[in-house]
Amino acid sequence: MDLSFTPDQIAFRAEAREWIASALPPPLAAKAAIDAPFEMPEVMEWHRILYKRGWAAPNWPKEYGGPGFDATRRAILAEELEQAGAPELSPFGIIMVGPLLIQYGTDAQRKRFLPPILSGDEVWCQGYSEPGAGSDLAALQLRAADDGAGHFVLNGQKTWTTYAQYADWIFCLVRTDSKAKKQEGISFLLVDMKTPGVTVKPMLTIGGTPAFCDTFFEDVRVPKENLVGPLNGGWTMAKALLGHERTAIAAIGSSTRAIQKVKRIAADTLKDGRVLLHDPVFRNRLTRLEIRLRALRMVYYRALAGAQLGRAPGPESSLLKICGAEILQQSFELAMEAMGLDSLSWFNPPPVVPPIEQFVPSRYSYLRATTIYGGTNEVQKNIIAKAILGL
Amino acid sequence: MNFDLDQEQELLSSTAASFVKRASPPGRLRKLRDDPLGYSPDLWRQMAEMGWLGMPFLESAGGLGRSFVDVSLVLEHLGASLVPEPFVPSVILAGLAIARAGGPAQWQQFLGPLIEGRTTLALAHDERDSRFSANQISTRAERDGDGWRLTGQKVFVLNGHAADLLVVSARSSVGLSLFAVDRGAQGLKVTPLSTIDGRRAALIDLEGVRVGAERLLGQEGSALPVLEAVLDLGAAAACAEGVGVARTMLQMTLDHLKTREQFNVKIGSFQALQHRAVDMFIETELARSITIAACIKADDKDPAERRAATSAAKAQLAVSGRFVAYQAIQLHGGIGITDEHDIGLYFKRMQALNTLFGDEDFHNAQFAALAPPP
Repeated sequence: MDLSFTPDQIAFRAEAREWIASALPPPLAAKAAIDAPFEMPEVMEWHRILYKRGWAAPNWPKEYGGPGFDATRRAILAEELEQAGAPELSPFGIIMVGPLLIQYGTDAQRKRFLPPILSGDEVWCQGYSEPGAGSDLAALQLRAADDGAGHFVLNGQKTWTTYAQYADWIFCLVRTDSKAKKQEGISFLLVDMKTPGVTVKPMLTIGGTPAFCDTFFEDVRVPKENLVGPLNGGWTMAKALLGHERTAIAAIGSSTRAIQKVKRIAADTLKDGRVLLHDPVFRNRLTRLEIRLRALRMVYYRALAGAQLGRAPGPESSLLKICGAEILQQSFELAMEAMGLDSLSWFNPPPVVPPIEQFVPSRYSYLRATTIYGGTNEVQKNIIAKAILGL
Repeated sequence: MNFDLDQEQELLSSTAASFVKRASPPGRLRKLRDDPLGYSPDLWRQMAEMGWLGMPFLESAGGLGRSFVDVSLVLEHLGASLVPEPFVPSVILAGLAIARAGGPAQWQQFLGPLIEGRTTLALAHDERDSRFSANQISTRAERDGDGWRLTGQKVFVLNGHAADLLVVSARSSVGLSLFAVDRGAQGLKVTPLSTIDGRRAALIDLEGVRVGAERLLGQEGSALPVLEAVLDLGAAAACAEGVGVARTMLQMTLDHLKTREQFNVKIGSFQALQHRAVDMFIETELARSITIAACIKADDKDPAERRAATSAAKAQLAVSGRFVAYQAIQLHGGIGITDEHDIGLYFKRMQALNTLFGDEDFHNAQFAALAPPP
């Protein structure tokens, strides 16, 4: 057993760290320093910079433009990007539909869609959830009827379609057979957002930031060549996608950064005339969280070492998701507590609160999403109960 | 990075698993807890024959020079089956104290018989007011001719009731020192006591106990780093045992959920209980992973690295182990409260492990003290 990284991996970490520091444009770096939310054009600007470096899609095979990294390098890069506070790339193209097309798409689909995903020229969003299909995703009802003339005609609604207001394309799970068992009548379809009949209604999150949307489909005609995989085979593919390695799922880098932020806030905060960071009660709680993150990091490294040896990630990913989400939430909860009255501030610029604190209340609020998106923690627990514990 | 066991480690682990399964199933503790000795000298010799009692010692001291990770593989199985033989007090605490503080003559004299399974040892260190500290020791060591006189009281000395040799920490004008004291030494009063986990320990009163110069381990006043190290290793050992305890409790609970019926169904079909079992699984995995890291770092040359890793693991064991133990009892229901059921033995062992070598607050504080400024 060996906890250490190889000299090669250590050198790569240093290289990644230095490159990120030098490549992040100054306006973005200024935002990163105070964890300000990035606008979509800023995210895409960073996407194109990563693309030029060859690092936009570390999880893609080399033949499709990936850098050919192994699991450990991918994890190191992800951790360094998170820890630097760089804009998080939209996952829908790079992490989700891209790998799915690589695995299940036709040559024509790969040729058409992968290059602009990689370069950031086309933005994607995800059409999975519906008002009546959240955790019970297979209950989805967006109907795709065959018009007998080479098109599906879509009617219905998707919700929580994050970034739909910026997206060029949406990948959707649609109902193509309403008589079959609910999992067996679902297909995977790519839809151009400019198609007539698609309307997007953005919503603010509780963090006061734009992210979510409702996306409506009214007689939207989608050419049949945009079907990915077999007709009525969408559910299987969507599930396979969940089995893909998701290096960011444990949010190790983000939580490390968040805990560091808590410390910096607490080091500049007084309680009874003493530095809060050295208050034994506060420090004990902070340390408990820091140690829990360390434990999760080791779980993550164990999974990573397994992936490095070519073992497919199993239901353990659910553990990483559950704990990673909770620890990130708890980090911001502690940041809010450290801030005291400052935690009341809603986007007020300095000097109302110090710059480092300015966006904490927004982020704290939004991060309640982490235990919900990507499969709620309760659904993840159902998965572990069944797949690992045999209950 | 690699978390896989090598072939030799796989063999060690599977041998340990089958040995404890055959020689010391958990029910054995139930019989031994009423025995004044509390363990079996015969089994102790068998452990020696397996080579376990010499594992962490250098070959020049008659040992096998195995890594702490290797030792932890055995410890996890000892924990999983609640094996009461005094492995940690003899080998990890007193044994490694002698190995690290003492010289070759003392290794031969004290470690030789231990490695052969002919003796057991104890570290007489904790005091009424020392509360997990390596340094807060008030037992006195005073020069007496060319030897020493030791005066003070030691509490909850693991295996103190039976040890053939005690390694005693005591303070002189220049600091802490360690002394090897025979069980029969004059002025040494041993008061056996029972512990929550069905084991034995002792209060040790040292009433001017006279020891010769050759019984001082290492230089006078140089024992603190050794004590810090062996107490860290004790904590790491408790983590390894604790992981064995936790995974056994989880397994027993899963078995119960899959067999017990209420409302005409297996109770494991209830989502509330499934999610509780998942929480137990998560806590077990967190404790297991951070314990592996601590065991790897246990042999680190940098004491700060070793200590941070150990404290993190021990504090996490307190959180995770407690959770698993409480939920295991809860999910067993009424049967979990009866003395007849083994789950209670595991619950109490976990409680003891969480206290020994420092509780959560102690290790949180120790971990925080090592953190760099933000």
